[in-house]
Amino acid sequence: MNEQTGEVSNQAIWQALEDVKDPEIPVVSVVEMGIVRDVNVVGTTVQVTITPTFSGCPALHVMREQIAARVRALGVASVIVDTILYPPWSSDWITESARHKLKGFGLAPPLKHGGNVPVTFYEPVACPYCDSENTMVKNTFGSTLCRAIYYCDDCRQPFEQFKAV
Amino acid sequence: MPELSVNGPTTLEPDIQQAMTEKLLAMGDDELILAHRNSEWCGHAPILEEDIAFANIAQDELGHAGLWYGLLQALDGSDPDQLVFFRDADAFRNARMLELPNGDWAFSMLRQYLFDSYEMVTLEALAGSSFRPLADAAEKARREEIYHLRHTQAWVRRLGLGTDESRRRMHAALDQLWPHSGQLFAPLTEEERLVHATISPAPEEQARRWREIVIPFLQTCDLQVDEQMKDQPAGRDVHTEHLLGLVAELQQVARTDPEASW
Repeated sequence: MNEQTGEVSNQAIWQALEDVKDPEIPVVSVVEMGIVRDVNVVGTTVQVTITPTFSGCPALHVMREQIAARVRALGVASVIVDTILYPPWSSDWITESARHKLKGFGLAPPLKHGGNVPVTFYEPVACPYCDSENTMVKNTFGSTLCRAIYYCDDCRQPFEQFKAV
Repeated sequence: MPELSVNGPTTLEPDIQQAMTEKLLAMGDDELILAHRNSEWCGHAPILEEDIAFANIAQDELGHAGLWYGLLQALDGSDPDQLVFFRDADAFRNARMLELPNGDWAFSMLRQYLFDSYEMVTLEALAGSSFRPLADAAEKARREEIYHLRHTQAWVRRLGLGTDESRRRMHAALDQLWPHSGQLFAPLTEEERLVHATISPAPEEQARRWREIVIPFLQTCDLQVDEQMKDQPAGRDVHTEHLLGLVAELQQVARTDPEASW
């Protein structure tokens, strides 16, 4: 924070938001997931713009509260968290570091689709435990809106995949 | 329900604004009522995977209801929670086929397929709307609907081409649902204004596109549509006796203590 003006730098806010995790996937941050789209510092007010992964995501309001609380902890009095729909969130935006963490968490990362989701439906999904592609989808719906359920025929483990969207 | 920040202006010419609020209320109510029916399968579906699937689909449709009610809020300041929990059943504007009781698995799955395919052609058209906030929300919902259609198509095919019993149940479901499906495309009272302003597509054109997709698909599932069967041409202000019980259940907790904070 700048002692004279009371302003916090844009960079400091982005860095602080790395501490805010996706409530449904506590190993990755809202920044790595591509949920935070923009940070604006206007005088002593900070505006953070986010976009939902799925429109029915129940974790969205938790993320908004946690983002606001984390920015306030930097000494910012006024925080606005805006939710936008455009451009619609894409799983292609999940960073490489986050893909690695998803896998470590037991969630197969989403396949890249370049805007055409159905291309991923016929691609093999690698098991996050043994890397085998000898897997099959058991359910395109899972424990949360963003997950599908698979089974690995090699290590015989069920696992979840973060859906491409 | 979080307030949305929308791109572009949220005010319209007064006559178009009236038509738009009517349209958004109908769209939101369709999603809400179907989501409620879907949620009734939770704990009752034939297999665990399908229990999970219908619960997910319910949550998605509820999310889409939130998009349309959120736009409505941006336009006229109406409160989504008030609309959902404190509005009387006769003020709901959902299509009648969505409020019908779940029936058997075939009925619910076929209804979901018919609605998903309706939603897909609608959202594809609305993604090109001249009203930017509506176009943005439509594109968001469209991407999620891809998963619904993939699921419901697979089940309609499986049940239509399956055993004698599954086929019998699907035929019965189609006979019951098809006459109601036309109401999805019945123009609202002011809808012409939206079509004229290129905000939403012409309903008859949408109906044609939908039939071109749905009828051939159903034929590949050994399901023949009886074109002669048509619903009563009543508007969305007319409901079956089933809506009252649904809305009573949906609102029961909220109305028990209207001042409670959640």
